[in-house]
Order: sequence, then structure tokens, then C-alpha cells
Amino acid sequence: MLSRVAENIYWMARYIERAENTARLINVNTNLLLDLPKDVRPGWEPLIHITGGEELYHSLHEHSDGRSVVRFLVGDLKNPASILSSIAHARENARTIRDIVPREAWEQVNELYLMVKGQLQAGLSERRRYDYLKSVILGAQQITGMLAGTMLHDFGYDFLRMGRNLERADMTTRIIDVRSANLLPSHAGELPPFEHAQWMSVLKSLTAYQMYRRHMQVAVRRTPVLLFLLQNRQFPRACYHCLGEVESCLRELPRSDLLLRGVARLQRVVSEARIEVLDHEPLHAFLDDLQVGLAELNGQISATYFAHDGQPVAAQEARPAQTGT
Amino acid sequence: MFVGFGAGAAEAKGDPGMTIKWRDYPAKGLYDELMRPGGRAREGARALCRYLSSLKDPEIEERKAAAELAIQAMGITFTVYSQEGGSIDRAWPFDIIPRIITRAEWDGIEAGLKQRVQALNLFIDDLYHEQKVVRDGVFPAELLADSANFREQCVGVDPPLGIWAHICGSDLVRDKDGTVYVLEDNLRVPSGVSYMLENRQVMKRVFPELFDVRGILPVDEYPSQLYDCLASISPRPVEHPEVVVLTPGIYNSAYFEHAYLAQQMGAELVEGSDLVVGEDDCVYMRTIEGPARVDVIYRRIDDLFLDPEAFQPDSMLGVAGLLRAWKAGNVALANAPGAGVADDKVVYSYIPDIIKYYLDQDAIIPNVPTYLCVDKTQRQHVLANLDKLVVKPANESGGYGMLVGPQATRKERERFARLIRKSPRNYIAQPMLTLSTTPTLVDHQAEPRHVDLRPFILSGQETYVTTGGLTRVALRKGSTVVNSSQGGGSKDTWIVDGEV
Repeated sequence: MLSRVAENIYWMARYIERAENTARLINVNTNLLLDLPKDVRPGWEPLIHITGGEELYHSLHEHSDGRSVVRFLVGDLKNPASILSSIAHARENARTIRDIVPREAWEQVNELYLMVKGQLQAGLSERRRYDYLKSVILGAQQITGMLAGTMLHDFGYDFLRMGRNLERADMTTRIIDVRSANLLPSHAGELPPFEHAQWMSVLKSLTAYQMYRRHMQVAVRRTPVLLFLLQNRQFPRACYHCLGEVESCLRELPRSDLLLRGVARLQRVVSEARIEVLDHEPLHAFLDDLQVGLAELNGQISATYFAHDGQPVAAQEARPAQTGT
Repeated sequence: MFVGFGAGAAEAKGDPGMTIKWRDYPAKGLYDELMRPGGRAREGARALCRYLSSLKDPEIEERKAAAELAIQAMGITFTVYSQEGGSIDRAWPFDIIPRIITRAEWDGIEAGLKQRVQALNLFIDDLYHEQKVVRDGVFPAELLADSANFREQCVGVDPPLGIWAHICGSDLVRDKDGTVYVLEDNLRVPSGVSYMLENRQVMKRVFPELFDVRGILPVDEYPSQLYDCLASISPRPVEHPEVVVLTPGIYNSAYFEHAYLAQQMGAELVEGSDLVVGEDDCVYMRTIEGPARVDVIYRRIDDLFLDPEAFQPDSMLGVAGLLRAWKAGNVALANAPGAGVADDKVVYSYIPDIIKYYLDQDAIIPNVPTYLCVDKTQRQHVLANLDKLVVKPANESGGYGMLVGPQATRKERERFARLIRKSPRNYIAQPMLTLSTTPTLVDHQAEPRHVDLRPFILSGQETYVTTGGLTRVALRKGSTVVNSSQGGGSKDTWIVDGEV
């Protein structure tokens, strides 16, 4: 498999996953805000932090009102992490590997792009936003499913899965990091207001609510939620699970010894963390380390398999790591 | 053109009772591919014409919208890039009424094309070796000396099987008396075959009922024929040679085709930066497992950009050392560098003689009569008749830099007269043909529009001609410019066996 092709597959998967995650994030936040009284609403600012776009956002906008933030996250081409940018990048990557991607999947990527772009106004309108974002999520899932069902499960598919799972792990740590910051017990030991609703929204951002109830069978509280999202082995968006997927891909790929050691180290960091005793600051530091680890892994994959002289086709960006919250 | 998301079939316009009326079809004074004068369909087209006139306007409109939607969904595009928003894809302009040729006529054309390409390959091989054709006085030495596409670097090279032009796209036109001519041969990097394949896919989605009946010959074996052709020139006698398609990249307007053909052949699609020539003069591609040997390169990059060591030193698209590897016989290039020497329009005028010389046969498909401006007598004739002739530069393709005498202004004619006097070798002139027309949908009615046809000929161990080819249509009324870069569209082309 050509290095350039492997790289394009990897990034196509990351971009599609990124668009899907962003769509979920916006939908859940919209819902959450409707459930909370005005004085405890976290507003839209956290979403900018989660997607790592605060610097760019504040250079473009003065206020973090819903309309501006949603526009920034959905349809702003200046924002490399917006849904439109992500799908456009995914499409450019898919276009250069049309000989690898099954035709139906390419058509689906193309249609998703045309939909995201053509129906942009719906995504910005409050009333039609839910359906729009749902189509983004379904479209992305359809591509993922189609690729799983029609693409050769060869090296290319390993790169696809690696891209998807690294992006997932990255998103999960980001959501936890930002959302947990304002969900800490106050000094007096009082629970923050509407804690339940807010942790539920964290789970829902990751479509984890139903699975959490089934698996954990406890109320929605900080520690079990964190345990579930970080250490669970079966939930597809849990950090540990994602790392396991990356590991299984690397086992198939050539020249992966060094990378496998790196993944094993990260898996140990996640599984040995004593979440229940991690207070605000230590949790933040822990998540920060994890994100740095994921970024390093991305860099190693790139150096091992994609090293090339030419420039990549579409701007390939890992997002800036979050700065302190 | 844009069919919005969820819009479904376009709203029905026009009178729901209206249909196509062949009696009113204005084919007078023209040769129409489907219709005889007076509204009677030609052999092979009767059933189609009957069927089309049974459709009401809204049904026609629905099919048209369905075709546009299919083209969008299939991502059949023709790309224009802008700095700002990345790519702008223009959907491939497509007309839903197919162009029909009977199998009996096609068999003759196919034989003519094979004959032509066989002679062309012998001619190219001769030019890079003994030049017997020049010594024997058939092709003038001074014309060869002036040829822009003759490559010194290729002299004495023996490509596998002695073949230089493995993929040839020849443009055919029909004049108003019904005669089919070859207008030009494209031996460098001819494009369009993917659109021929995709047009058929679109038609099958939109008019499945028409394909129920026997008789429309399939076109889809081209990719496997192309693969076999390329594999047959592999320098290593291995069972599965590594065949790659070399593209200039996604910014090339034919990128869609490069990707499409690679995918259909199961070959790697590579860019120059993916390839490297090793110290052993072999070509390798960079893969996740390290370098991998390449046997055959179907290159879609022009000669001059192929190898910065041998040609233009600033080319970013090519691979340094590629020509060295090719000359050493370690990799096959299709088409071979230097093959373009024979698709010069001055060479074109000698092709009937070339066929006679190498094959001792008369050309099956005639050439359009061509005046060479380099010849004094002929030049005088051209300059005196600029208002009746079409003047073309000898080395351009894509319909650029042409003068269509009868439609040009006086000023344009004067400009061309100066150009011709200045560099006569660079110009040829041909009488203005009245290209045949074929019914094309314009506002729910069928109107005649001019067409040409580009079949593709593969030369390897075997010679193969596509079933039909790409029909290009000038969508503007009265226009004869069919190039996609200049407002042309395309149609599905049916070779029919018996009545459809």
C-alpha cells in the first residue's frame, strides 16, 4: 500500500469521525440548555474549548452566543474543525483514493458533502438544526458501515480504523476534560446544581447513556461515568477500548514494534489510573498527559508509515491540544 | 444544473400533454445520426425514437433530472480548482438521448482504426530507428526536423513489442454526405474513456427498460482490456506485474479519469512523489512496507514533465531518472515517450501514405483533406480561401487556437494570415465539414446538435477497439465545438446489433 494512500485513508476516517462527534456535541448541548435554568447554563463557550478552537473563535467573534458558536462549529470554512471543513477534507482525501474506497462509499462521502453544504441554512436554524445534525451523524455512520461491509479488510482498513479510534479517544478525553471542570463538588461538599443532567449530557455527547445504564447499573455520578468513559473495554467510545482497537490494527501492520510499545504504555496509563481519587487538578493533568500521548502516537504513525517528500493533499491537522481550563 | 438535496424529481415544466414530435424535427440539410429527413428514424434507432415520443414532457423532465442526480451522486466531474474553496466540480454535461451506430457500420470503422494504429506504431518505431520512411521519400525529412514532439532522447530505444502508442484516441466525424473521416489521432495522453463508461452507467440507471431488449453492445470490458494490454508489456515476465497509473494529481482536469481507471483495473494510482528510481535503474513506489518494484506505468503526464533529468528540469510532477529506467528496459511506459511525434496534424496529412507504405493497403477510413501551410502552393490556396477553411495549429489539442473561417471576423482572419506566414510549419487547413447532428434534448424537444466520436484503440499483445466510444456534442445551437473545456457535452453511444 502506498504511503500517501495510507495517509489519506487515515485522515479521511479521522475527519468523518470528527464531523460526527461535533454534530453530536452540538445536538446534546442544545438539549442540555433547554433542560437547565438560566443561571446554571454553561452556554456555548465549552464547545469551543472542546474542539480546540478558542483562539481562532475569539479572533473572529466577540461574543459566545449560540448563533455565532453554532455557525463556527457547523459551517465556517475558516474553522478547520467545523463540520463543513471536516467533511470537505474527508472528501478531498477520499477523492485521491478513489481506487481504494469502494464506489458506494465514495458516493456516500460525496452526497454527505453536498448535503452538509447545500443544507447549511438548516443547520444554523434552531428549529431545523436537530434534523440537519442527525443527517450528518447518520451519513457518517453510513459511510463507516459501508466501508466495514464493502472494503477489503486489508492494511487500508487498518489505517481507517486507527484514524477513527484515535479521533474517538481524542474526543472522549476532550469532552471529559472540559465538561468535568464545572462539574466539581464545591468546597462545602455540595453537589453542583443539576449535576445529574450535566453528567447525563456528557454521556449523551458520546452516545453512551444507554450503554452506561445497561452496563454500570448505577446512578449517573462523576466517578462511575469517568470509569465508564475511560476504562471500559467494551464501549466503543471509551478511551481504553479505542486504544485496544488501535493496538489490534498495529498487530496486522508491518514495522509496528515501536508503535505497539507506545500503545501498551498508554493503555497502562488509562487502566491503572485511580479515577475515584482524582480531584479536579489531578484529573486535568491526567487527561492532559493522555492527550499528549495520543498526539505522540499520531506523530509516530505518521513518521513510520507516511514519511514522504511531497505535500499531503488536504490540510491534515491534529487539533491544538487544549490549554488549561 | 444543481439538483438540491431532497428536491427529488424537478417540478414538471411544460405542457404535460406534449411529447417529442419527430415529424417537426428540423434535420433538413444536415446528416442526422438518428433521423432521416421527414421524421423517419434510421435503421437501429426506430425503437428508441418511438419510445422517446411515447414519453410525456414531465416524464422526459423526470429522466433528465434523474440523470443529473445520478451524475452528481456518482461524482462524475470535471474539475476546476480555485484557491479559495478548494475544488469546484462541474458536473459532466450529459444529454440523455443516445447516439446510435449500427454494428455493420461499426465493424468497418473498427477495422479501419486497427489498420491506422498499426501503421502509426510502425511509423513511430521507424522514425526512432532507421527512418526508412524518410529515406524512401514518403515522409519529408524537413517536416521531421521541425516536429515539436520528436524526442531525441528516444532514438534507438526498443520498447516491448515494438509498440509506442498503446492507447490511442482517434476523433471521428461524419460529413453531411454521410462519410466518416478521421479528424485527428491523439497519441499522447488521450482522455475521455471514463466518461464513455460512466455515461453508460447513467443510462442504465435512468432508462433500464431500454436495455431489456437485446442488441445494445456492452462497453464495460475496457478496463480489463486496458489492464491486459498494460500487463502484456511488462519487462519482468511475472504473473502479476505491478501496473500503476501515474497522474499529475487532483488538480488535473482529468484526475477523475485517472482515479477511475486505476480503480477499475485494480492498479495503484500514483503521483510522481510516490515513485523513485533506484541506483539499479529500477522504479520503486513508496509503500508502508518500504519500496516496491513497479513494472508498467500508464502515465497520464505529458512527455516534457515525465522526468526532470531528461526533460524540463523544473517539473514537479515527474520522477527523476524515469527515462533512464525506461531505456534500460526495467520499466514500461504507456504511451512511450516520443509517441506524440505521430499525432502532429502535419503528420496526419501523410497517414494514408504511411498506411500504404507499411501495410501496402489503402486507408479504410479516409482523412479529411488537409492543406499543409508549409507547402508553398497549398499555403497560397489556404491564404486565398481563409473564409472557407478551418485552420488549426499543428501541435495543439483541445480545440484551442483554431480559426473557423466562415464564422470568424475579418480581423481574426487577418491575424491568422500573419501567423501562417510567420510559421507555416505550425498550421494546417481543412475544408469546413458540416458535422453530422443527433437529436439532443433542448427544453423538452429534440433538436439537432453537432457531434463527433472518440473511440479508443489499445495496442499490446492484441489490438482492441472500444465498442463505440465517447460521443461529444456541441450543446450550443449551430456550434461545432465539442470540447468539454469549451461548452461541449456528451452522450451515451450505442452500437446496436439488429433493431432496438
